Amino acid sequence: MAAQTLFDKIWDAHVVADLGSGMALLAIDRHIMHDLGGGRGLKQLRESGRKVRNPEMVFATPDHAVSSEPGRTSETTELSSGYMKLLREETTHHGIQLFDLGQPGQGIVHVIGPEMGISLPGSTVVCGDSHTCTHGALGAMAWGIGSSELLHVLATQTLPQTKPKRMRVTFTGRLPEGVQSKDIMLYLIGHLGAAAGAGAAVEFAGPTIRNLSMEARLSLCNLSIEMGARFGMIAPDDTTLEYLAGREFAPKGALWDQAVASWRALPSDEGSVFDREESVDISAIAPQITWGTSPQDVVGVDGAIPDPAAADGASRRFEMETALRYMGLEPLKPIAGTPIDRVFIGSCTNSRIEDLRQAAAIARGRRVDARVTAWVVPGSYNVMKAAEAEGLDTVFRSAGFEWREPGCAQCAAANGEVVAPGERIVSTSNRNFVGRQGPGARTHLASPALAAAAAIAGSITDPRRLA
Amino acid sequence: MEPFTTLEAAAMPIDQPNLDTDQIIPARFLGKPRSMQIEALFKDLRAKPDFVMNQPGFAGAKIIVAERNFACGSSRENAVTVMMDNGFQAFIAPSFGDIFFNNCFQNGALPIRLAPARAAEIRAALHAKPGSPVKIDLVSQTVTGPDGKTDRFDIDSFRKDCLLKGVDEINLTLSYDAEITRFEAKQQQEMSWL
Repeated sequence: MAAQTLFDKIWDAHVVADLGSGMALLAIDRHIMHDLGGGRGLKQLRESGRKVRNPEMVFATPDHAVSSEPGRTSETTELSSGYMKLLREETTHHGIQLFDLGQPGQGIVHVIGPEMGISLPGSTVVCGDSHTCTHGALGAMAWGIGSSELLHVLATQTLPQTKPKRMRVTFTGRLPEGVQSKDIMLYLIGHLGAAAGAGAAVEFAGPTIRNLSMEARLSLCNLSIEMGARFGMIAPDDTTLEYLAGREFAPKGALWDQAVASWRALPSDEGSVFDREESVDISAIAPQITWGTSPQDVVGVDGAIPDPAAADGASRRFEMETALRYMGLEPLKPIAGTPIDRVFIGSCTNSRIEDLRQAAAIARGRRVDARVTAWVVPGSYNVMKAAEAEGLDTVFRSAGFEWREPGCAQCAAANGEVVAPGERIVSTSNRNFVGRQGPGARTHLASPALAAAAAIAGSITDPRRLA
Repeated sequence: MEPFTTLEAAAMPIDQPNLDTDQIIPARFLGKPRSMQIEALFKDLRAKPDFVMNQPGFAGAKIIVAERNFACGSSRENAVTVMMDNGFQAFIAPSFGDIFFNNCFQNGALPIRLAPARAAEIRAALHAKPGSPVKIDLVSQTVTGPDGKTDRFDIDSFRKDCLLKGVDEINLTLSYDAEITRFEAKQQQEMSWL
């Protein structure tokens, strides 16, 4: 048999029917729903007289619309009250497992899927959210879908899909001190562009990846969609198995052994052919920070804001000028030292226990600058409890950070927690789009360490100075 | 779903590359009923007087001709429906956000990938003469610009067929019920750990 890639193996194992011209009807193993789309989708399905085909393959949790205010309930805001009522009613009606507020398992869909052992290597995972690519870090084929596709999966447990092109990015070099997986992925997106992965499933490989923890891999795959790729994947290895062993929904006993045997066969075969191959050496990069309104607009924190005059072509110049005007930044000035108003440490990119440890290491024994409002929003109930058991909440609180309740919070501000017009925020989230965190909000994406350092300094700062 | 066959209509150019779905419809409008989202289209961009949609020449346009990576970002399907509710039925760009691209077909809208240079040429022609028509023929898979020049575009035969007939994909998939049941039984054997 011809050499197969990780992606091909999972694709082939899930083809229910060939639909011709490169399309297939694919079986879906796991469907995770959130409050923005889940309740509404289930209600629509019920009203159309259809049933959920396999309720035991569907999981739900509130994350987007819930308040992150300490002590919050579903009634804290009118917005979340409506979404929660619908989600509770509909998951009960359809017999779907709901991880409700204040319960283990509640949290950001892309944090809880891996953490609960719901998403597994070799499985297909969908969710009505573009950052579903996160789960690919476990060696799953995971992708974001729209609300019509969500209904399709509920009703049929399948989805017609076009087979994407194969792309592999090989990272080489040792991660420099103070540089995290968020940095190497932002660097890659800056290098290849925000549309580089369009129409492709990207496998991340190479020695750098092998040495990353599971949490760091999840952050990396999370940003695949920011390079245009619906799928980002990492082949499962010992790190993956150690991470999954014993998780609540992961297989146990004899089933675990069978699963491991099948997962060991997943990595791309020697001699696999990819439609596109890229290689990037990260051994000399600095912590990264975005300056513009696309994740591709990124520089090292020790670098300068780029000059549109030097742009490659008129379209890119126009894009850069528009971005700099929105961001209120001047070309050629150092990015470090730019004063900020807010810091947000959280989101499906960087809200896992390791992220919080990295931020806490910077915050410990220091004070948030008086001009800055700084939030830490753990990604899930379990992350929150683990952090509190380690005393990280105390570290953050004594440094002047707000320790908040798990959810998406300020990343998309879909719960109303907006950044004010003109305010500048260093955010560990994934999108610095115009208006993403609120109309007129100016977002700089960075790692948890850089965000914590910026909160302390009151300006964009190299975290290596505070390490 | 309404079938899509041909469309000849005024087209509106958007020159901003990487125009994301947060800008097409900001997240703060996602909780509102669809009928109340119509006004949210390009909400923050429309606040600027020079935004293309504020120019009278493009009123009534049914096609958008955009720059690369159009509608990237969030999976919100509202990005498709809010544009359709404002009259747009087809989108032409050098590249699209993959999720948006898929979502179009679910709603009977047609996304078309054209070479960057050709898309730029059409946008320039539209700026030069606002209100000029673009003609799309799905059967022959062609786009004719205001300059009369015709280009062919690619589309999966499955997607094309669904659009031409206005097929509901869920009903189509339910016709594969026997295959799905057979697959489930096989998977239960081979991947019992799932």
